[in-house]
Formats: sequence, structure tokens, C-alpha cells
Amino acid sequence: MAEKINNRSVLFNPLSKNNPVVVQVLGICSVLAVTAKLEPAIVMGMSVIAVLAFSNVIISLLRNTIPTNIRIIVQLVVVAGLVVIVSQLLQAFAYDVSKQLSVFIGLIITNCILMGRLEAFAMANRPWPSFLDGIGNGIGYTIILVIVGFFRELLGSGTLLGYQVVPQWCYDHGYVNNGLMILPPMALVVVACIIWVHRSYNKDLQE
Amino acid sequence: MKALKKYLDKVKPQFEPGGKYHAFRSVFDGFETFLFTPNETSKSGVHIHDSRDSKRTMIIVVLALMPCLLMGMYNAGYQNWLAAGQTEFPFWQLMAYGFLSILPAIVVTYVVGLGIEFIVAQWRGEEIQEGFLVTGILIPLICPIETPLWMLAVATAFSVIFAKEVFGGTGFNIVNIALITRAFLFFAYPASMSGDMVFIGRGSILGLGFNLPDTFTGATPLGQIATATGATEIVNIAGQPTTLWDMFLGLIPGSFGETSTLCIFIGGFILLVTGIASWRIMLSVFAGGIVMSLIAHWAATPTYPASYLTVWEQLCLGGFAFAAVFMATDPVTAARTTTGKYIYGFLVGVIAILIRNYNSGYPEGAMLAVLLMNVFAPLIDYCVVQANINRRLKRIKA
Repeated sequence: MAEKINNRSVLFNPLSKNNPVVVQVLGICSVLAVTAKLEPAIVMGMSVIAVLAFSNVIISLLRNTIPTNIRIIVQLVVVAGLVVIVSQLLQAFAYDVSKQLSVFIGLIITNCILMGRLEAFAMANRPWPSFLDGIGNGIGYTIILVIVGFFRELLGSGTLLGYQVVPQWCYDHGYVNNGLMILPPMALVVVACIIWVHRSYNKDLQE
Repeated sequence: MKALKKYLDKVKPQFEPGGKYHAFRSVFDGFETFLFTPNETSKSGVHIHDSRDSKRTMIIVVLALMPCLLMGMYNAGYQNWLAAGQTEFPFWQLMAYGFLSILPAIVVTYVVGLGIEFIVAQWRGEEIQEGFLVTGILIPLICPIETPLWMLAVATAFSVIFAKEVFGGTGFNIVNIALITRAFLFFAYPASMSGDMVFIGRGSILGLGFNLPDTFTGATPLGQIATATGATEIVNIAGQPTTLWDMFLGLIPGSFGETSTLCIFIGGFILLVTGIASWRIMLSVFAGGIVMSLIAHWAATPTYPASYLTVWEQLCLGGFAFAAVFMATDPVTAARTTTGKYIYGFLVGVIAILIRNYNSGYPEGAMLAVLLMNVFAPLIDYCVVQANINRRLKRIKA
């Protein structure tokens, strides 16, 4: 380990300066897929945090024993095992949400953020920083998911977490929910707006 | 005019750098060049300026749209009178009704669109770009008459910001702004943009026209066909059959300005005579539409009722002619190479009829066809240019 790892920056950098979604532009597919409503977005985010943190720890513990040429397979096996556990837990305790998320919990395996963190961080660092890195990146991902889900549910369905937010008299006076917000293209536009705002505040990220 | 020019010249120094209203320079500049041809000459090198800058070009396009607008007004009144069961159609009352029903939409799109343009120009310290002059009149013309104004405002703002300003403003957009506005409305508020409730003015305005009952429905010809099974006869809202002549003149329900093929042709003629639109694109869009209509008509099945339409009906109905003349020919978003224009236009025509006939989700496909080909236009140009380079390389080697 050449450079000293600062636990604080490992945990907090991915929240904004090195956010996996808006800066590294990873994991966009699931952002488009699960954010039509706020609730599945939150559950998806928590699942990713859990899987990412524990797979980081496990890979970090195994990092010196994994032969280099089969490391991707080992990483996949670890992630797949954790994803199955998360999926079973959701089906047991939050069946409706797991129905809504359908294949996307299973597809956490293919989420670029996971492989990226395992390859770039867990394979080269001790378990505790790896755990913090997993938590940090998971939260960074969840923040974006929740922001996108908030706007899409509010403008697309007029609800938040299933509760009616837009008052009835708005509908009586001709307000209509924006159906395009439910469709995936608007998730891209919302993510683009977040990136826009984020880079206006962080001038050093501008290319 | 002279007095106006004098006044502008008098206040101009206040907008020059160092003047009192320097911050509003771009606003002043926008008004001045809109009213008078700029008299700036090149200061270096060999350039020739003629007076045909893009503001003049845009104004000619707006003029070319006037026949469609006037016919749209008449038709708006005509449909309302017809729906109310009237048998006499007083010309000026129909026109006044149509005028009053379209005026708020035009005002809203111009205020929202130009407002955003002014703000962005001020913010960037640039000249105000004139692209919205045409877009602002196109948007009301391609929307149903009963589109709520706040939806128009939201959609206009969305498309001006996300389809135009983020790409760098007028001339840098990759897809047609007016069509993005309509696509946004269509996908965001489908109930207000399609179906059989929105294409006919439903209420009286300032005592003109008639209030129609809430249960009244009047589907467009293509809307009737989309819900039919097998070959069907198109009827107008009074229940009489619609003739091909009605379709050509535009006395059918539809989006405000795109019902009348005749007026679209007049506008197209103006565009061609002044050399603004490309005749290659127009010709090839119609060629593509005719070819695809012939194929569809030849293979007509009850599963796809629109395929029973004849070629002429296909060309006169819906937004096909309007898209061919005013949308596909937009020089910014169309293909630029000569061969590319033929390919681009032909595919627009084919895809428009293809969607209309074989996708039951969309009664009309012209909007989607033009948007799709806008995206592919740079690719077509690239292929044409590469083919040319390869052809000439071969000549060197031989």
C-alpha cells in the first residue's frame, strides 16, 4: 500500500466529489429502471449499500489469496451470494417492494459500481477502509437514486412514498401528472440536471 | 419607420459599452436587427454580406406559415359550428372564433420561448438568437386546439432549454425544437394530446361559437381509422362521409395548422421560390410516403386498418404534408449533403407511413419519423462523405 488511506475521505468523498453516479457515471441503468417511485429507489439504494459494503469486506479479506487470473470470477461469486441473500430477505419482509424491483435486485451483480469498487479498492486495501468505501459509494449512489426518485414520483404521480402530495384542487383546476416522468428518458434528463447543478458548484470537476 | 429608426439611433449609445443600459445590450440589439437590416460591413479580408441574414430567412418561413394559420382559424370555427349542428357558416365569425382560440397559444409560446432566449442571451452576454421566431409559430400550429396553455408553456420551456440551449442555442440543436415540444406533450399528457376530445374547439369564446356538451367527441380521420376494424369509411363530426377534397382543403378535425394540404403547398411554394427549403428533401419525403403507401395498400389487411387508405388519402391526412414541407426541411436538423438529403427525406416519408399503418399505439407517425431521422442525419452525412472520399481515393490509386 503505497499511499496512506484516509478513512474519512474514503467514506465521504464518494458522497459528492467522487460520486459514483454523477461523477464516474456508473450504474446509470439501475437509476433509470428503479426510480419511477421513491420507495423502490430507497430500497434499491439500501440493498446496494449492504451488498457493496459486505462484498468489499469479503474481497478485501480474501485479496491476498485470490489468484489474479480468476479474480473476476471470485468477485462475482461473492457478489452473487450476497445478492441472493438480499433478494431472499426482501421477499420475506418486503414482498411488495421486491415485486416492484423484480429483476433489478438480481441485476445488482452487473452494477458497474460493484465491480469498479471491488477491482479498484477492495483488491488493494484492508477490510476496514474497504467497508467504509463500500458504505460511502453505496450512500453516494442512494442519494442520487432518492433525488431522482423524488422528482419522478412527485411530478409523474403526484405522490411521495405512495402518499398524495399534490392537493386535489390542483387536479380540479386542470393540473395533470406528467406521464413522461414515469418513462425512463426523463430519468436521464433528471440525472443530467443533477450533474449540471453539481458541476456548477464544483468548478474543479468541469472538463 | 423613419421616426422609429431615428429613435433607435438616438438611444443606441446608451446600450454601447459604457452606456447606461449596457446590461441590456443584447435585448436592444435583438430588437434593432429585427426591425432593420443591420448595416454592418466586414472590417477585414474579402467578405460579401448581403442583407439576407437569418432573421430575414426566419420571417419568410413565418410568412409561408400564414396560409396554414389562416386556414387553421377558419377550420377551427368550421368544426365548432359543424359540431353544434349549424348549417350556415358565416366566414368572419368562423375566422374570429379561430383567431381567438389560437391567439392565447401563440402568445404563450412566444412569451415563454422568447423569454428563455432573452434570459440566456443576457446571461451569456451574446446576441439574442432568432431561431424561436419560427418555432414559436410552429408549436401552436402542430398542437390540438384544446391543448391547455400551461401544458404548452411547460413543454415549450422544456424543449427550448433541453433541446436547444444546452446544446448551444440556435443552429446547434440536433433535433427539431417544435417537434420536441409536441413529443413532450404527447408522451407527458397523452389524454390532452390525442384521442377524440381535443381536436375541436369545445367552448364559445367572447360569445362566438357554441358550447359543446361534455360528452361530445370528434375523432380525427386517422383517429377513427386507428380504432376501426378493417376497411372503414371516414366520416366528419356531423356523420357525413369525408371526401378526398375535404382532406385536401383541410376541413377535417386535426392539429390546428396541419389539416390543409392546399395551404401547406402554398407555404411550400413560397419556401421553394425563395430558396429557403430544400426541394430535394420535400420531393424525397413525398416519394418515400408514396412508395410506402403503395406497399401498405397492396398488402392491406384488416389487422392494420390504416393500410386500406389510398395513396392520396395517406398524403393528405394527419401531419404528413406539414412535416414534409416545414419540419423535415429544417436546415439545422436535416442532412446537409445532396445525396444525404435524398436518403434522409425518403426515410422520413417511409417511416412516417410505416408507423401510421403498422403501430396501433400511434395513429400518426410523422412527428416520430422526423425526430428519428433528425438523430440519424449526421450519420447519413458521414456515410455520404466517406463514400465520396473512398471513391476519389480509388481514382488516385488506379
